[in-house]
Amino acid sequence: MSETVKRKSDTKMVPFPSRAIVPERDLGKRPVLECSHLGIDFGGLRAVDDFNLTIGKTEIAGLIGPNGAGKTTVFNLLTKVYQPTTGTIMVNGKDTAGMNTVQANKLGLARTFQNIRLFNQMTVEDNVRIGLHNQIPYGMFSGILRLPPYWSGERKQHEKAMDLLSIFHMENLADEKAGSLPYGAQRRLEIVRALATNPSLLLLDEPAAGMNPKETEELMDNIIKIRDQFQIAIMLIEHDMNLVMGICEGICVLNFGKVIAKGTADEIQQNPEVIEAYLGRQREDEE
Amino acid sequence: MKKTTVTKFLRKFFPYILVIAAFFICQSMIAAGTMPRTTKSLLIPVCVYIVMAVSLNLTVGISGELSLGHAGFMSIGAFTGIVIAAYARQALGVPETVQLLFAIIAGGIMAGIMGVLIGIPVLRLQGDYLAIVTLAFGEIIRNVLNCIYISLDGKVLHFSFNRPDLPGKLLFRGPTGATGVSRIATFTAGFLLVLFTLFVVINLIHSRSGRAIMAIRDNKIAAEACGLDVTKYRMMAFVTSAALAGMGGALFGLNYSTLVPANFSFNASILILVYVVLGGIGNITGSIIAATVLYVLPEELRAFADYRMLVYAVVLIAVMLITNNQSIKNFLETLRERSREKSEKKGGEAA
Amino acid sequence: MTMFLSNLISGISLGSVYAIIALGYTMVYGIAKMLNFAHGDVIMVGAYICFCCLYNLGLPPVVGVLASMAVCTLLGILIERLAYKPLRQATSLAVLITAIGMSYFLQNLAQMIWGANPKSFQTVIPAGNLTLMGGELKISYVSMVTIAASVVVMVALSLFVGRSKMGRAMRCVSEDKGAAQLMGVNVDLTISVTFAIGSALAAIAGVLMCSAYPTLKPTTGAMPGIKAFTAAVFGGIGSIPGAMLGGILLGVIEILGRAYVSSELGDAFVFAVLILVLLIKPTGLLGKKIHEKV
Repeated sequence: MSETVKRKSDTKMVPFPSRAIVPERDLGKRPVLECSHLGIDFGGLRAVDDFNLTIGKTEIAGLIGPNGAGKTTVFNLLTKVYQPTTGTIMVNGKDTAGMNTVQANKLGLARTFQNIRLFNQMTVEDNVRIGLHNQIPYGMFSGILRLPPYWSGERKQHEKAMDLLSIFHMENLADEKAGSLPYGAQRRLEIVRALATNPSLLLLDEPAAGMNPKETEELMDNIIKIRDQFQIAIMLIEHDMNLVMGICEGICVLNFGKVIAKGTADEIQQNPEVIEAYLGRQREDEE
Repeated sequence: MKKTTVTKFLRKFFPYILVIAAFFICQSMIAAGTMPRTTKSLLIPVCVYIVMAVSLNLTVGISGELSLGHAGFMSIGAFTGIVIAAYARQALGVPETVQLLFAIIAGGIMAGIMGVLIGIPVLRLQGDYLAIVTLAFGEIIRNVLNCIYISLDGKVLHFSFNRPDLPGKLLFRGPTGATGVSRIATFTAGFLLVLFTLFVVINLIHSRSGRAIMAIRDNKIAAEACGLDVTKYRMMAFVTSAALAGMGGALFGLNYSTLVPANFSFNASILILVYVVLGGIGNITGSIIAATVLYVLPEELRAFADYRMLVYAVVLIAVMLITNNQSIKNFLETLRERSREKSEKKGGEAA
Repeated sequence: MTMFLSNLISGISLGSVYAIIALGYTMVYGIAKMLNFAHGDVIMVGAYICFCCLYNLGLPPVVGVLASMAVCTLLGILIERLAYKPLRQATSLAVLITAIGMSYFLQNLAQMIWGANPKSFQTVIPAGNLTLMGGELKISYVSMVTIAASVVVMVALSLFVGRSKMGRAMRCVSEDKGAAQLMGVNVDLTISVTFAIGSALAAIAGVLMCSAYPTLKPTTGAMPGIKAFTAAVFGGIGSIPGAMLGGILLGVIEILGRAYVSSELGDAFVFAVLILVLLIKPTGLLGKKIHEKV
């Protein structure tokens, strides 16, 4: 708990919009995401089993668990990289059964990837513009013939992209090749790109992996800032317990594809099953 | 700051500047009578191969799909163009320039339609499997063309499959192809077609759709996660490329009095691919230069007679080995780093 | 019925040649992850060497076949060392273009040495037919030897790859070059051996093919090369049983297509079937589906 308090005081480092106070939200009435009895088999292996989770508007949720617990598989199920064997996923009240990744994105799910997937040959700005693809559209012929929609569309895309990049103070990198950025910047760019698709739920797969403690601190501030500024829900997979316990309002613990605990940071830290399966081992490691 | 805008402008318009300059140099040489006849006869094919290379670069470099059947689209454009030009001359009686225009447009449309038909199955595959299927389609097109007969009877076009006994004058007869074609292609038309191709390809690349195509090339899974319709954009690149190849083919067909389907074999596709790869994958200017040099080189090497293709093959292998040599690459990279550091330093001081 | 059987047998015979060539393609692809477009031209070189041994030197057929195998083996190793090995780290397209350059090189070299005019290749196998079913079904000795040779090659190759130490090294390198090197496998040697075997097989295929279709010119290898490549993809590239199956099926489809669909459209028919198979099973008949980890 002391961690959380510390974080909130730290956030003052970054100037916040006036509505930065954690907004009131009604988790029950209009959830962004509702998973019920979600499960998937790979051959004979039950990779995820009976996964139930509800995420409210503007909630920051954490998904943790030991390696191989099925966390990324949950993300892949949500974004329809895999079709679930059982169960339903509702996004903003709509059932996503039979949808593909593109449709899931249009419904409001955006994600980053554990093994960074940027468009490496393209510039940083163009990466963000891809995120804006469906937000600021104009047709192929307008583009080739340079018709007015092209000029206004390009201008809007540029402004919006720069705006989004400014969250992480990356405007000066706009013309760099995405593949040539340092690791931490690549992770941040992936977040910006996902944000550009105007999601209602942002899924971050190990956003702090490979970052140094200072970068992680900044990332924590920025995740809260993004939530406050864009009024979106964020769900993240992370091994850095400081980050998870520091900013996640609800945490879900997965082990061998099953949810073994759900609750606030305090509840999770005190849950004996979690300690046994996960945190206990972690503490020994640290000593 | 000002300098970068100038370089940006130059980089963007360099292909146009290059082509326009080359055109005027050639024209003035022709006017002065200093251009040898053999070189003059290469002008139109060079334009065609530039169009072919730039359009294939759209598929291979920008969209990232290895296509081994580009000559198939060229052949469709060529024979459509020949038939339409003959029809326009006899049935419509329009002047040659209009015939040529009709032929090029029709060639582009037919090749574009074939691009859609072939793209639907092909673009479901990936990597080497996609490559082999484009190869297969190229061969199928050539095989099927060998069986098609087209004749013009007054103002009516007749088509048949494997039956040469058509009424009227045969325009296209299966394996013997088209004979007695009136050679209405001109260098100026070739130049304009190159400019048109550059306009379409470069503007497409630097637009929303072009970025989507490149994003899918770089990372398909991430592109899907960003809400891009992968099939739509892969198709867009493939069909645009096919249509441009068809237009180039139409011009090519109307430059020779005789043309047979065997001209557009697998080897022709490979030749175009070589231009693209040697010019630099995704590099439009590179494609233009490579197509010009590599088309003219073997023709000008005729002095070596028997050795010329051997020399060509050795040059090809040597260029690939040198450009991919790790120590040379590293050396170039350090040079580039240094120049960048320098310019950054300058920029920093200025700020 | 006998007509069909006779077509089927000539199809299997042609397919056996394709299969032997496709084995070379598939082994090289499996291990070096490259499309060796020059493979078809190695076939042509093999056939020319055999031709020279028989006509210019007057050697017995067996010596001719062995000599062409030896020359092609050396040629394969040489090509790999000079042209492909420096490009291990390069993009697959760069390697592809180099292979195409090598293919041009071999064709033009052959044209310089032996001339562009087709040579008529006299078969190394005694001419004649085996007559069955009261004279109605005739099977040429060439077909029989071709089929037998391909069976021997396939069995030997399967045993070699499956049982020998070098075969294990090959499978290991094809799965993960880096890990193989860490485990002490000599990757360079393994790749060389693969090229050597593939090229020796190409020599056999060249002699067999020219015994059945006796026109030999510098571009003889090109079309069978493409067809065999198609066969390798058809069966699932990288898979040895796939190459055998793909080759034989392709030969049968080609001959039956020419006989019963259209003689002009034989090749188109082969490629159409290939496209259909790939649409139903995008990695070929026996190819493994590779999932990209997200």
